Amino acid sequence: MDAAAHSHAAPARQVQVAAPPAELAREPLVLNNHSFGWISDAVAGIAEGKAPKWWWPAFLISFGVMATMGGMIAYLFSTGVGVWGLNQPVAWAWDITNFVFWIGIGHAGTLISAILFLLRQKWRTSINRAAEAMTIFAVICAGTFPVIHVGRVWYAVWWLPPIPNAYGIWPQFRSPLLWDVFAVSTYFTVSLLFWYMGLIPDLATMRDRCKTKIRKFFYSLGALGWTGSNRHWSNYEKAYLILAGLSTPLVLSVHSIVSFDFAVSQVPGWHTTIFPPYFVAGAIFSGFGMVLSLMIPIRTLCKLEDVITVRHVELMCKVILATGSIVGYAYGMEFFIAWYGGNQYELDTFKNRAFGPYWWAYWWMVSCNVISPHLFWFKKIRTNMVAVFIIAAFVNVGMWFERFVIIATSLTRDYIPSNWGDFHPTYVDVLTFVGSFGLFMTCFLVFMRFLPVIAIAEVKGVTPQADPHHPAGGAKDGGHH
Amino acid sequence: MAAGPKTYGIIAEFSRTADVLHAAEKVRDAGFTKWDVHTPFAVHGMDAAMGLKNSKVGYFSFLGGATGYTVGMLMIWWMNAFDYQIVVGGKPMFSPFFAFPVSYECTILLASFGSLGGMLFLNRLPRLHHPLLKNRRFAQVTHDKFFIVIETADPKYSPAATRQLLEAAGAAHIEEVED
Repeated sequence: MDAAAHSHAAPARQVQVAAPPAELAREPLVLNNHSFGWISDAVAGIAEGKAPKWWWPAFLISFGVMATMGGMIAYLFSTGVGVWGLNQPVAWAWDITNFVFWIGIGHAGTLISAILFLLRQKWRTSINRAAEAMTIFAVICAGTFPVIHVGRVWYAVWWLPPIPNAYGIWPQFRSPLLWDVFAVSTYFTVSLLFWYMGLIPDLATMRDRCKTKIRKFFYSLGALGWTGSNRHWSNYEKAYLILAGLSTPLVLSVHSIVSFDFAVSQVPGWHTTIFPPYFVAGAIFSGFGMVLSLMIPIRTLCKLEDVITVRHVELMCKVILATGSIVGYAYGMEFFIAWYGGNQYELDTFKNRAFGPYWWAYWWMVSCNVISPHLFWFKKIRTNMVAVFIIAAFVNVGMWFERFVIIATSLTRDYIPSNWGDFHPTYVDVLTFVGSFGLFMTCFLVFMRFLPVIAIAEVKGVTPQADPHHPAGGAKDGGHH
Repeated sequence: MAAGPKTYGIIAEFSRTADVLHAAEKVRDAGFTKWDVHTPFAVHGMDAAMGLKNSKVGYFSFLGGATGYTVGMLMIWWMNAFDYQIVVGGKPMFSPFFAFPVSYECTILLASFGSLGGMLFLNRLPRLHHPLLKNRRFAQVTHDKFFIVIETADPKYSPAATRQLLEAAGAAHIEEVED
């Protein structure tokens, strides 16, 4: 009947059910009506066989950059925190800026895997695996900084986990810094669990495809003997739903607690109630910037344009537009409250941010975070991959500057002028931060070589032929059984 | 049973989602108990077609979460208000408010372990040896094929009648799997 109007669904099959009206039809999530087998081959193929030509140079560069970070950390440990530029009054500078930057990046992965799952956004299936991997690697980068910034790291074991020190004193739980330890380590662990659980069916796919004994051994181990049993799927789907439900409040709590590190203090520019929602929106904003920075090259290099479609990129751009607007609103509201609140120290801090010695950092932040996302109002820009890639890079830069502005410039001026100072980073600060990108990219490239970058089973599940009530799935009686 | 290799069960292959769903309904209505449908992805509506009840994973999550919250609160009270008291900024030694963020994280942590662990426990996984995993044809289940498996241990199983039922349900290929 209406087979022509619905030609992408089932070209060669007899369709006996009326296709939905054209205005209800959406652009398909997997283009060109690919079969289930094609999805397995396209995704699993990336992690099988020889590494593509671009992989080795990319890996060696990333590894070299990571090694630089290792060298800088070794120098820091052997010499002391004096190799960094921070000092009184700016005792938190690039270290904590980098921590907040990286932990924020991770939030997009959890938003995609958990919140979009609860909201039944099926387009998440094409990007959730890589985004969750990004979360895990970003949290590893983030966690490095608070650990190395303490000076004598070998004492860290006494104040990170609740273990009494030599005098039998426990960590004290009235400090948001300790809340942060629990928030970040829980976030890392739960993200890893969620990621692994999603991987189980796909590891079974890898297991059933692989040619060598070594690969078979490791994929079998990871797949835990998964046979695709529906009795198993039933429990699996429930556990997945519950994990999504648990990760949603978790991800909101993590950046809220990170913001408490500042908001609970008395420093002007930090002591603000808007921080938790403002930090969470900023985190998702920056995270989507990083997801796009990774996904746009991946879809081209791995020939996944039919799975990560232009529609997917467009939808991510819209999330950036929405969260970027919240961030812009928060910047404005901070200024308004600084004036309206009538606290002269608060107002001075904000004047100093915008027009003081660090004005350039503030205006970098505003141009990247407030102005650039609004280019995404235009469909022409959202569908232009080069433009999206460049804007995503601006978002990443802007969000790093946001954290720098909040953390470092607030500390340069507090209540007494005799307490004022400046901050100048050293080369060790710079190279440690640059090196963290090497760590991130090395992890990501290794992930791409060994694990499926796209959730194979989940993508199969959102195609029309997976729906037993859709003509493409073989339904004959119009959606009833 | 018969001499020679023992038969684990009979597998029937399907290639379309709707076909396997309707076949599952027929197997369910025939009253089998030791049977299963294996699919490359979770098929919407299959639980009803098989007559499965709501999964019990939620109980494990709740157990984990309740344990996490209790452990978190008790830990903070014991460390900061009982074992070694330190006055910080005139704040109380214990208050559920400052103890909440950490207890909340512990709740989520243990509830997550409960969910994953509960799922694995209910599915009796990991199980690295399974008769089905030795069958070459069955390996397609993680690729693009659907299988209905009826075990010989099912009281209703009979080699001829069960095969006939699956044939009538539209299976493209049927074979027996050794144990």
